[in-house]
Amino acid sequence: MEVFLQQLINGITLGSIYGLIAIGYTMVFGIIGMVNFAHGDVFMVSAFIAVITFLIVTTWLGIGSIALALFICLIAAMVLTSIWNWTIERVAYRPLRGSFRLAPLISAIGMSIFLSNFVQVAQGPRNKPVTPMLTDVITLIRSDIYSVTISYKQIMIWAVTAVLLMGFWYLVQKTPLGRAQRACEQDRKMASLLGIDVDRTISLTFVMGAALAAVAGVMYMVYYGVVSFSDGFTPGVKAFTAAVLGGIGSLPGAVIGGLLIGLIEVFWSAYFTIDYKDVAAFSILVVVLIFMPQGILGKPEVEKV
Amino acid sequence: MSRWQTQPLLEVEHLTMRFGGLVAINDLSFTVGQGDITALIGPNGAGKTTVFNCITGFYKPTEGRIALRHGEQSIWQELPRATQASGRKWAKGGSSLWLLERMPDFEVSAHAKVARTFQNIRLFQGMTVLENLLVAQHNPLMLASGWSVLGILGFSGYKKSEKASIEKATYWLDKIGLIDRADDPAGDLPYGAQRRLEIARAMCTDPVLLCLDEPAAGLNPRESLELNTLLRSIRTDEGTSVLLIEHDMSVVMEISDHVVVLDYGTKISDGSPSEVKADPKVIAAYLGVEDDEVEEIEAEVAS
Amino acid sequence: MSHDAPAAAPSIDWSRTLKDAVITGLIATAILGPFIGLVTVQDMEHRLILQTRWPLFLALLAILVVGRLLLQIFVWGRPAKPKRAPLALPPSVERIAAPFFIGLLFVFPISVLFALGPQGSIKWIDNYGIQILIYIMLGWGLNIVVGLAGLLDLGYVAFYAVGAYSYALLAKTFGLSFWVLLPLAGILASFWGIILGFPVLRLRGDYLAIVTLAFGEIIRLILINWVDFTSGYAGISGIPRPTLFGIPFNASDNGFAATFGLEFSPIHRTIFLYYLILALALLTAFVTTKLRRLPIGRAWEALREDEIACRSLGINTTTTKLTAFATGAMFAGFAGSFFAARQGFISPESFTFMESANILAIVVLGGMGSLWGVVIAAVALVGGFELMREMDFLKLIFGTDFDPTQYRTLLFGAAMVGIMLWKPRGLISTREPTAFLKERKAVSGSLVTEGHG
Repeated sequence: MEVFLQQLINGITLGSIYGLIAIGYTMVFGIIGMVNFAHGDVFMVSAFIAVITFLIVTTWLGIGSIALALFICLIAAMVLTSIWNWTIERVAYRPLRGSFRLAPLISAIGMSIFLSNFVQVAQGPRNKPVTPMLTDVITLIRSDIYSVTISYKQIMIWAVTAVLLMGFWYLVQKTPLGRAQRACEQDRKMASLLGIDVDRTISLTFVMGAALAAVAGVMYMVYYGVVSFSDGFTPGVKAFTAAVLGGIGSLPGAVIGGLLIGLIEVFWSAYFTIDYKDVAAFSILVVVLIFMPQGILGKPEVEKV
Repeated sequence: MSRWQTQPLLEVEHLTMRFGGLVAINDLSFTVGQGDITALIGPNGAGKTTVFNCITGFYKPTEGRIALRHGEQSIWQELPRATQASGRKWAKGGSSLWLLERMPDFEVSAHAKVARTFQNIRLFQGMTVLENLLVAQHNPLMLASGWSVLGILGFSGYKKSEKASIEKATYWLDKIGLIDRADDPAGDLPYGAQRRLEIARAMCTDPVLLCLDEPAAGLNPRESLELNTLLRSIRTDEGTSVLLIEHDMSVVMEISDHVVVLDYGTKISDGSPSEVKADPKVIAAYLGVEDDEVEEIEAEVAS
Repeated sequence: MSHDAPAAAPSIDWSRTLKDAVITGLIATAILGPFIGLVTVQDMEHRLILQTRWPLFLALLAILVVGRLLLQIFVWGRPAKPKRAPLALPPSVERIAAPFFIGLLFVFPISVLFALGPQGSIKWIDNYGIQILIYIMLGWGLNIVVGLAGLLDLGYVAFYAVGAYSYALLAKTFGLSFWVLLPLAGILASFWGIILGFPVLRLRGDYLAIVTLAFGEIIRLILINWVDFTSGYAGISGIPRPTLFGIPFNASDNGFAATFGLEFSPIHRTIFLYYLILALALLTAFVTTKLRRLPIGRAWEALREDEIACRSLGINTTTTKLTAFATGAMFAGFAGSFFAARQGFISPESFTFMESANILAIVVLGGMGSLWGVVIAAVALVGGFELMREMDFLKLIFGTDFDPTQYRTLLFGAAMVGIMLWKPRGLISTREPTAFLKERKAVSGSLVTEGHG
């Protein structure tokens, strides 16, 4: 029971990170029907931005407060990653809109390779460890054999994720920008005829996806305390699995899918074997795509003849 | 007695198709006579294409039976027994019955010999006109190529069959007037020619029943006339029965022997073109009048 | 930022151009600042600290801004030139070029040997000749799945791995010879192609791509984790080398050199391997060309064009797709067992997603469905990749710390994006008909559909 509870806490934390990345996949797929293969690497870039900003703030500026430092990190990572993703969309995807269907996917694969190697070349291939932060824990259940704890950083991850998701939900549901975005998802041509700047809306979708991925990047840095240039691929695939599991195109679906994937991964490692945890994630992806491609909250697709 | 009553080729009985809560076809029954051109008409959204998709196996109907005959009329007596049995085919003395609702789409075409065209033309755009007609002869050619093994090894039996299939394609190209464009990509053809090519491609599968989904849509009057000639020739020269969905009433009234009218998934009229034309329910459905007004119109027509 | 400047007015809108340059500068600063201007390194105590590289950052920034400014003024500001027709090889050229090219492939190792001697030529025959031929073969194999049948497969490398591991394990455990195991590896790989292909055939487009990617990764992860069977990360070494019908390539008395009265040299094996992969690649090309003209090949292409129409014509799309998967996988299996035999050592490292991306890039860049396209793309990408090793002179410019091989993958990714932007349909986008009545006319790429999955 204690182990279960502890893994539940860990799984929700990991799941929040996957959910934040998954939103980026789901929104881009919803609006332009493309699997943004490079999104996992955009997340990795954001984690690096977080590390660099954290170092600037703590060592150069000498800010002692971890809360303030992380807040600055969060803002910087969100802004800079948004600019990254905006540029990527502008350079690698927009010129291919309406072209050969595979072209954007191949371009995204190329971009993914480029990003991870760019970071490798620019920042070196070694892991980047940061000083552990927010390591204090609250003991929920004390026992001689196994104590269930929740750390400050887990609490912070839950809180920040919840607040930002609510803000994001408001943005998509209640603002003209969100309305334009949903209109483009339904019918891009019609939206454009009604005077919506489709290109701008798509760009903003990439910006929003990147901003949320950047939140995940900061959380990743805080949670694991180390980032590497190769950290984009596997979390990216897992977050994509989460998006598909939740029902691609559905925002709540992405969050639910993210939490599920996080929980499955953590429980798998705890109760089975850690060796095959990535195999488990990929197998879930395969099973979900084959047996329930519409996901949990997605709409079923009827074949048009 | 009309041919669809005395010599049925296809019997659709109690066909019902539901998508979630929506009833697209409701308890529809009709027959298609051998050698007839049968038209399925009705206002937009009446469920005509859904009927086609059920007959050709693209949709699995919620309820109902769709039976097709190969061979003698007497085989129809076996229909109850065929339905009781679990198989898709019931054969007796060289004739057979096919239960189409039990078959997936490609088998309907390959074995039951029902071919179809599509409302939005589905040609292989990047392949040439000739290749389109060769793809339609896939199954016999596959057999001749020994599932590709003999073909790779260069056996002469396959070469002969390929030659025969090209001759068949040439015959159809002649018939639809596209022989000079045989080596052009299908996507380059003008719209009317694409419609004709799609019909020829369906005919290359040697069907007993040809289902055409709005073949005259988007054609100009001259092309429409050519289409009529082609369809008549398919019926008389090839002996293939035709079932078509059409909006163009001039086409329907001129060439069809039998008309079935659908509205909101239900059959509202069934008979020869002249009978259907005079049916007040049909007029009401097309003009969109309320049910209580139908009687008034009936009275008007009668007077 | 507009690329379609008015054609009539070649005069330059200076204020707009300058504004554009400033924006470019700001964006480049935001993007490159943290990554180029700053670098995270670990100090003596393994703590992460920041160092600055402002000169490098400023140089890159200047290149970007000035480059874009020049492009604005001299390229984008000019009226656009009419687009050239896509590169099409007329059939007559192909008829002459094909034997010429194949002849060139046959004399390549001999002429290199004569020109550079046994020591100097080994690199050219092995790193360039054999390496490029492996990729040509893999490209041709994947071309069946992606180019002809239109099924986007991102896990093709899995079948390459199946071929390699089948050969390595069976040869080491049972001592079977290369010539027995080569067909067996192909059969095993195509068997896996069918097993993995069966459940995913209902999927289309990007979903199929992702599932095949997942399958590829699952196979690689199993190779890593199932240590008892595969030795995990450590890989399998000491894999028996292929023999010339029983004659081994070593310095022993019954070796190749002794049998033919030659002085022993490792170049003999290299040349033998070269001809072996050449034969395998040509077999792939031969079978593909044959299959395209057979009903199955036509059905593959028809499937790529319109799956629903195929079903309406009585084509069993499931078996048709499976044969494409199995045929493609079979060639990957052949190539895999050759790879294991050539290296003598294999490990999961050789079968990463990058390899799949590599092969897919070759097919797509070449122009889907085009055999010649694959050849050109493989020579350009793999050859280019290998050439990066040779760029030692760059050290004179950038200093001795500069390692050009570091930038290979980076450039590869950038090239993939760039090529898609430049030619989304690949270098040779026209399609050659498989049958004709009067004359063979190439079909323009803009009509050819790219497939649904």
